[in-house]
Amino acid sequence: MTAPQAANLPYKLPPGLFSLRCQACWVMTGILALVVASFVSLSLDWRSFLSLEAMRSIGRFVGEFFPPDVSAPFLRKVALAAWETLAMSALGTVMAAAFGLALALPASRMSDRDAAWLRSPTRWLLNALRAIPELVWAALLLISAGLGPMAGTLALALHTTGVLGRLFAEAIENVPVGPADALRAQGVARLQVFAYATLPQVLPQLLSYVLYRWENNIRAAAVLGVVGAGGLGQMLTFHMGLFQMDKTASILAAMLLMVACVDVASFASRRWLTR
Amino acid sequence: MKSIDVTSATVAAASAGALRLSPPERDPAFLSRLFWCCTALVLLWPLGVATEFRPWLMWAPENRQVTADFLRSFLPLAHDAEFLAMLVRESWRTVAMATTGVTLALVLAVPLCLLSTRVLSLSALSGQMARLPMAVRLAGRGVLIVLRSIPELVWALVFVRVVGLGPTAGVLAIALTYGGMLGKVYAEILESGDSHAAQALMRNGSGRLQAFFYALLPAHAAELTSYTVYRWECAIRSSVVLGLVGAGGLGQQLDNSMKMFNGGEVASMLLVFVLLVALADRLSAWLRKVLA
Repeated sequence: MTAPQAANLPYKLPPGLFSLRCQACWVMTGILALVVASFVSLSLDWRSFLSLEAMRSIGRFVGEFFPPDVSAPFLRKVALAAWETLAMSALGTVMAAAFGLALALPASRMSDRDAAWLRSPTRWLLNALRAIPELVWAALLLISAGLGPMAGTLALALHTTGVLGRLFAEAIENVPVGPADALRAQGVARLQVFAYATLPQVLPQLLSYVLYRWENNIRAAAVLGVVGAGGLGQMLTFHMGLFQMDKTASILAAMLLMVACVDVASFASRRWLTR
Repeated sequence: MKSIDVTSATVAAASAGALRLSPPERDPAFLSRLFWCCTALVLLWPLGVATEFRPWLMWAPENRQVTADFLRSFLPLAHDAEFLAMLVRESWRTVAMATTGVTLALVLAVPLCLLSTRVLSLSALSGQMARLPMAVRLAGRGVLIVLRSIPELVWALVFVRVVGLGPTAGVLAIALTYGGMLGKVYAEILESGDSHAAQALMRNGSGRLQAFFYALLPAHAAELTSYTVYRWECAIRSSVVLGLVGAGGLGQQLDNSMKMFNGGEVASMLLVFVLLVALADRLSAWLRKVLA
């Protein structure tokens, strides 16, 4: 007579709560410790934020926003800055698409026999470009490009080059190799193989990546100016620095309107494309 | 027209018995490509004008001098003990700002998310959702969208005015923006899955919170945690950026060094920042694997 089988074999039971092998418990403990240590070490200034006095000053601060400045000449200036922001994002994205494609070629292995010597160095370069946020790039570029929208455009272009180059390289490596092999077997040069076999296959995907980054870049360009790199952000810091709160309010409203328009346009086009 | 002739001539030559197809003499799509390139340039021109895009200015002798001097001062990297101690302290502060911000964002996001998911509606069990709950849900969603659509940098600029320079402004900015993002995505995750379990519980008289804890949470826990960890990683990146407007951490020190043209310090800090982001990236990938 055999002993009755347990519903759960012992070795399949979950480990005890404080077992050394309970990975999830240790991870949770680590996260809790990180949170507690963060709160303790930052010495946040809650009193200056939650006290009655602070509430009153926030109220006064928000009250100064009203009424916003809607005089025609100022609105024209805001519209011009908004157009500048849009142009910055578009030009930056176009440049990034060109540079990204140029860097994606050495960063991808086109065929099994491609030694791709440049693959890892180029990928390192792309990672470095991508790791530094556009705002830091803008602050760095101010030194050589001076205050103004050009620094912002170049900053967007550099950061986005890193992002797009990486995405492009992945797309190029994942494409079916049949057409390219057929051309290569005929002795066609490498650049022509890329232009006539690989590029037509990946083009729709590359375009969708570019559009996605453009959407992100419009949002980024709106705030890029706070370090002095042109667009709505530069106007915002300028008028906020002068405590002209009515003008600040209209600029903020323009910024939010722009971001909301981009959101709606992106949502609508996505819906339309995937219908 | 001519381009088509060239291609057909090649094909004819091949079928006439040539062993190898010789590539066409020139690009068959040459004219259309030229046309599209010219159109693109014409379209890009006003953008260049609007952004004052004059890259040759960067090659003007005096600008080139300044840039070269700055780049040359990158090496050697700053590495005296005092600076390194500051670097470690500020890096920790950056991580702590991100962690605190995301924790406070959770405090904001979870109630708003519970308030705005449609799955947890009792009145919707029997047909149409009632008016009042519908209004409350729409309001909750609206709050989340507003919080999310104001960039964290703008929040930080405003809070620096109210609470002064330092990490408090950065933490509040992250908490508000990320609260909006997390809440909206949580609500979407909860609504995306199969809701039969939750509905069965609520039909049998359980409360909304019970339905959430026993039906929705177990089904979506992995997805929810993985998104939270991913946002924590994003928060580390953005807390550096927030420092540039005076909200403490690595970014603020970077801004100071940049204003003093101290290339060595800037280079060391950029290096540490890149390492920090890479580390957070690895940690978050590992955490998502463990918690999934």
